[in-house]
Order: sequence, then C-alpha cells, then structure tokens
Amino acid sequence: MPLSPRTPLAVLAGVGALVALSACDSTDSASGGSGAAGAIKVEASDSTCAVAANTANAGNVTFEITNKGTKVTEFYLYAEGDRIMGEVENIAPGLNRRLIVEVPEAGKYQTACKPGMVGNGIRGDFTVTGGAQKQTDTNAQKAEATKNYATYVANNTAALETETQKFVDLVKAGKVDEAKSEYASTRVYYERIEPVAEKFGDLDPLIDVREADLEPGQQFTGFHRLEKDLWVTGLQPDSSQVADKLLTDVKDLVTKTKTLQLSALDLANGAKGLLDEVATGKITGEEETFSHTDLWDFQANVDGSKGAIASLRPILQERDPALVSTLDKKFANVQSLLDKTRVGDGFKYYNQLSQDEIKAFASAVDALSEPLSKVAEVVSK
Amino acid sequence: MSEEGTRVSRRKLFGLAGAGVALAGAGAAAGVGIDRMGGGSTAQAAVTTVDFHGEHQAGIVTPTQQNLHFAAFDVTTTDVGELRQLLRTWTSAARRMTAGQEVVPNGAVGGAAEAPPGDTGEALDLPASDLTLTIGFGPSLFDDRFGLASKRPAQLIDLPLFPKDKLDPARTGGDLCIQACANDPQVAVHAVRNLARLGFGVTEVRWSQLGFGRSSSTSREQATPRNLFGFKDGTNNIKSEDTDFLRDEVWAVAGDGQAWMAGGSYLVARRIQMHIETWDREPLEGQEQIIGRTKGSGAPLGQTAEFDDVDLGVRGAGGVPLIADDAHIRLASHQTLKGTRILRRGYNFVDGSDGVGHLEAGLFFLAFNRDTRKQYVPMQQALSSKDAMMEYVQHTGSAHFAVPPGLTPTSSWGDGLFA
Repeated sequence: MPLSPRTPLAVLAGVGALVALSACDSTDSASGGSGAAGAIKVEASDSTCAVAANTANAGNVTFEITNKGTKVTEFYLYAEGDRIMGEVENIAPGLNRRLIVEVPEAGKYQTACKPGMVGNGIRGDFTVTGGAQKQTDTNAQKAEATKNYATYVANNTAALETETQKFVDLVKAGKVDEAKSEYASTRVYYERIEPVAEKFGDLDPLIDVREADLEPGQQFTGFHRLEKDLWVTGLQPDSSQVADKLLTDVKDLVTKTKTLQLSALDLANGAKGLLDEVATGKITGEEETFSHTDLWDFQANVDGSKGAIASLRPILQERDPALVSTLDKKFANVQSLLDKTRVGDGFKYYNQLSQDEIKAFASAVDALSEPLSKVAEVVSK
Repeated sequence: MSEEGTRVSRRKLFGLAGAGVALAGAGAAAGVGIDRMGGGSTAQAAVTTVDFHGEHQAGIVTPTQQNLHFAAFDVTTTDVGELRQLLRTWTSAARRMTAGQEVVPNGAVGGAAEAPPGDTGEALDLPASDLTLTIGFGPSLFDDRFGLASKRPAQLIDLPLFPKDKLDPARTGGDLCIQACANDPQVAVHAVRNLARLGFGVTEVRWSQLGFGRSSSTSREQATPRNLFGFKDGTNNIKSEDTDFLRDEVWAVAGDGQAWMAGGSYLVARRIQMHIETWDREPLEGQEQIIGRTKGSGAPLGQTAEFDDVDLGVRGAGGVPLIADDAHIRLASHQTLKGTRILRRGYNFVDGSDGVGHLEAGLFFLAFNRDTRKQYVPMQQALSSKDAMMEYVQHTGSAHFAVPPGLTPTSSWGDGLFA
C-alpha cells in the first residue's frame, strides 16, 4: 500500500501556496499579515464587486471579501488567459472570507466576484508591480535528468506488463506453485517505480492494496489478493476474474505513465519515498503478509531509488559532491546487507530473518534515508 | 481514630500557619487535602486539588493536566458482590487521593510495623497535583457474568476495525478503565498502582499507558500544545467554555437510552504509534500539507493566525485547494463531518525504543463524545481511509468505555449501574 509517495504529489501541487504561507508567517506581514493590515477589502453584492485597490506589490496579496448580497458568491484572482491564481468559494451572504494569493510576477491580472457561483463573474483589472523572476524547471540538466528517468520508468513498466501477463496466465491455469514463484519477481517492476504508480491514486489501490488497509466497502483486488489466494486460502472461484482485472489495471497504468510529466523534484522525492516504503512496510514484514517475500520488494525499492538518484547524479555531483559520495556509500551498505540474505535467484523469506538482521536493515535504511531526504533541497535550488 | 485525628489536625495547623492568608479562602477543600503533605508546602495542596464530586466526573472537561496514567482492567471474579465492593473501595480511595491524601489514613508509614503499608508511599510529600481519577465501563463488562446485559447502552458499541488498524490485543479492550491525570507523573502512577493493588483478586490490569506533554487543551485558558510531529494539535477541539457543544456532543442524557448514564459520556481510547523517523524526513511543506496547518503559528493553510476560522474553500494557483482533499484538518473538521465534534484529551507517549532503533512513540488519543456511533466512528472512518497522515501513523491499541456521571460525597462508582 502507498506509504509516503502519495505525499510528494500533494506537496508538488501545493508548493506555490505553501511558499506563500511560510513567507506570510515570518517576513511578509506588511501584505499578508493578520487582520486587515495591508489586506484589500472586497465588497461583493449580487451585481457589484468593489475591490478597494486595483494594484499591489508582487508577493502575497491578501483580499478580505465581504458578501453583502443575497446570493452565495465566490472571489477569484486570474492571471492572463484566465489562469487561476487563487479563489475562495461558498461565501454565504453576510460572511467575510479571506484569500491570500501568492503573486510572484508583475503583470496584468483580473479580480472577479461570482454571485450565485456561476458564469464569468464581475471582472475588474488588477495590476501587480515589482516582483521576482519566475522559477522554472527548464534548466537543461534537470530536463536531461527527467528524460533519463522517464526511460527507466518505461523499461520497467514494459517489463511489468509482460511479467504480469505471465503471472496472470499461471493463476488462471491453476498452476499454483508456478504462480507463486512468478509472484515476487513480477512485483519487482512495480516496486521499482512505485512513486510513479502512486501518482495515479485510483489505480494504485486496485493493484497494490493490502488486506489490512481495506476501506469499508472496498473490494480486495490486485497482487495481494492473489498472494492470499496462492499462499493461504487456495484459489477462489473469482481468482481468475481478479487476475484479469489486475492485468487490465496494470495495462491502464502503463498507458498512463507514458503521458506523465515528471520534474527533477519528483525524482528526488520519489527516491526518498521508496526508502520510506522500506522503513515502514518492508522492515516490518507488513507488505507481503502471506508470502513473506518482502525482501524482493525491498531490493526493488532500493533499485528504484538508485535509479532516480542515478538520473539526478550530474546535478548532485555539481552542487553537492559530498552528498553523492555519502549516498554511494550508504546505498552500498544497504546492498551488502541484502546480498547476505540472498538465496538462489531470490532472498530469504521475511519470517526467516533474525531480529539482529532486521535491526541491521532498519539501521542501514535510516542511515541512507537521512542523506536521501536532503536531495530534494539540493535539486530545488 | 482519635490518634489519627490528632495527627491530622496538628499537621493542618502546621500547614495553615505556614501558608498564611493565601489559604484563607481555600476553606474546607484545603483542610482535607493535606494529610499526605509534610508541613510547609500545604498552600500548593490547596490550589492543586480538583473537586472529585460534581454532576460530571472530573477528568473530562477539567483543564488537561501534564501527565497521564491510563489503565484498563479485566474483572477476574464472577461474584458481582465482590465487584460492587471493589468499586466502593476504589471510590473511597479515589476520593482521598484526589484530595491529596493517602489511600487510607496512616497509609504509608503510620500502620502496623508487621503489615505492609496501606499506601505505597511514593506520593508522600507531593501535593494533589490536580489529580483526577475517572472510571469507565467497557462493553465486555455487560456480558453474562454480572447480569448487566440490559444495562448496556446502545452507544457502547464494540468499535469496528478501521482501515490500517494494527491492533495489539495486549493494548486493546478491557472491562473497566481508570484514567488518572495529574501535573506530576508520580502522582498519577501512584494512583493507578494503588487502585490496581486494591483490585487484586477482583480485577487485574489488562494494559496500561503512560502519557506526557498533554497534546490537547480542554480550556481556552490553555495554550494549544504540540504533538510529537511538532504541530499544534486540537485547535478546533471542543473547550470547556463551549457549553452548548458540551451539552449536545459530550454529555449523555437519560433520553439517550440508559438513565444511569445521564451526565456521563463515552470514552474512546486509541494508541496511535507515529513513524517519527520517516516524518522527520518529510519536507516542511509536505508536513504542513498533510496536517493542513502551518507548523509555526498553527494557522490553517490560507489563514494567518492559529484561531482563524478554517476555510476549506480557499484555493491557490490553478484552483488547487490550499487545504488538500486528504489533509488531516479537512477530514477531521466539523464542516466535512456534517457538524460532528468530539471532546479530545490526548497525551504524547514514548515507550522507549522498538528494538530496531526507532522510537516507540506516538499519541495516546482520548476522546469523549455523546454517541460514538455518530461521532467518533464516522470521523475515524474518514480519517483512516483518506487522511494523508495515515502514512505516518498506525493505530496499535483501541478501547471504548461508558463513563458514568459524577458522584456526590456519599455515592460510589457503580451505584447507578447496579441500581
């Protein structure tokens, strides 16, 4: 089940807003401070939208909206092309609401009240002056990094589709033993790119939900459902159906990943997220409750994390070479522990690990995760 | 008795002389609150006592103390008479301890040399420290052992298993519970230890939990504390000043089904382990997104100060909600939950380390509500299914108790239940 990689997505979506807020807490009290200080009053009625000022300095702009009309209203600030900079909805008659908008760039904007919350609204021009250069991710090194990683993802999703097909065929043919030996090696391709898969919030639970994490009314489908069928309950009347559905969902995922636009920061957060997966799911043996093949996933998460870091390597090498050598050392340390648990093509089962081995893993993962958590900051500079 | 009377009054005199006019207004409460104290610091005893009696049990809307010792008990006897007698014994001990007295007169050192002391003694010389003792009855008490099935409130459900729960049976359930809160951990531990001792043969401790650093406030006079994630927690909690909310959302009334519960409430206790280490590696902006507040001031995202109204409708660039759809405060808010609120008490805990170098730490969550079916359960269903914070926490213990109303100076815990 998704661990932290759900978060980076949310974080990225909200970065702009949060920058605005933290600035507001510390330094920017002039424009965004508490109460009315520096706030621009907006009086909305059913037919008017009186904005007390039509200019502001770039940075955080605060509007205090009062609805004096009889209809529920909304207030927007638009950039050119009706790009939403900020909005507040559901302002009931008589209510005051506040909107703090981060406007980093000077330019022409528009305010809008929308009585009844419909239509184009009552527009007004709004000018922002001063301001900083917009941060872009067009840096050539970063573009190269995301391109390389996209190739890595594509290779793994292609393999995931092929292997899932094999696994599903074995399940449907009732070949339990062969399906069991295919199970862990199929999941490797999923676990390597899990933060990417988790960007599709609807697909990831269908493919990878753990029984213990099911929500009320949610069907138990995907890999872990078949894991339970294979290892615990024996194949069920609907196992074939579940297997078909798994293949459909995996194919859907593969198609969707092709259109995904990743940033260098996504890579950094994904690399960290994969190790968090290890720390909370694999070190504890919770991921593969029935098959105990947690170490296959562990290796795949580490590989995936390494893959993302490899793409970022030129950037990191230039900006923080010490961090790179630390990461190399810590990755090698985790790998050497994993190598000690190898059995044939695979690994020991989780329930064969001693407490000492588990502790050594936990400590090596912590030692790697700490420097990994610094990568995002270095990349975002 | 006469010897005891002499001793007590001599100490009283001592204390009062030392404390002077400061004590003049404290009256009778101070007078009974000093037999555990040496001379000199009696003034503290007077001002650190919470009244044990009242319409509701103390320890619910009482300003949250700094420390907790919570214990759940199994009843081991099948003799209902023994259980009733224990509840009377516990009441009398609780009445004394919350007043800053020893469990029994001459408890720790004044008894026979040949017998074990009647009070374990570790709270000698310590003031009452605002100790409150609150009792609750678990669903399992209402099985067929004591003929209580017809007294079971419909609200006292067996809690469902919530998504992502990883409940440890050794931290779950219980026939009875005692919540001991105090501003000195030693006082809270002393109280539970002595009640457990009085209960041997009738009850045994099923599990217990120590807590520190109150992670909630139950009064506007208290600053909002921080949890172990470093965030202000429970800003939107019902406060003791919110009398309308308390009436509607916390206190049971006779019409709710069981007359003996009128003035009582339902307590949900959850041990929530936090994955501290992975949280600490989460970027600041990610942490704030998950909670829905800034870490510094505690302001809801999109607002500027902690107590600004949460505005779930504010959106940033591209129309993306500033308070994300899976942010903790959105899912826990009364706006999202159709007006549902709960009264929260909670404590941070650190039970050492987990054996692989990580803190065994988290939040011991305590909530009081009028109907768990309509308040806590839907709230937790929403949280455990959708809350982004669930990536960093795991519920490892769970219990539910009916907390009866308060007592008069002559009544005992269980009177209403067994009437």
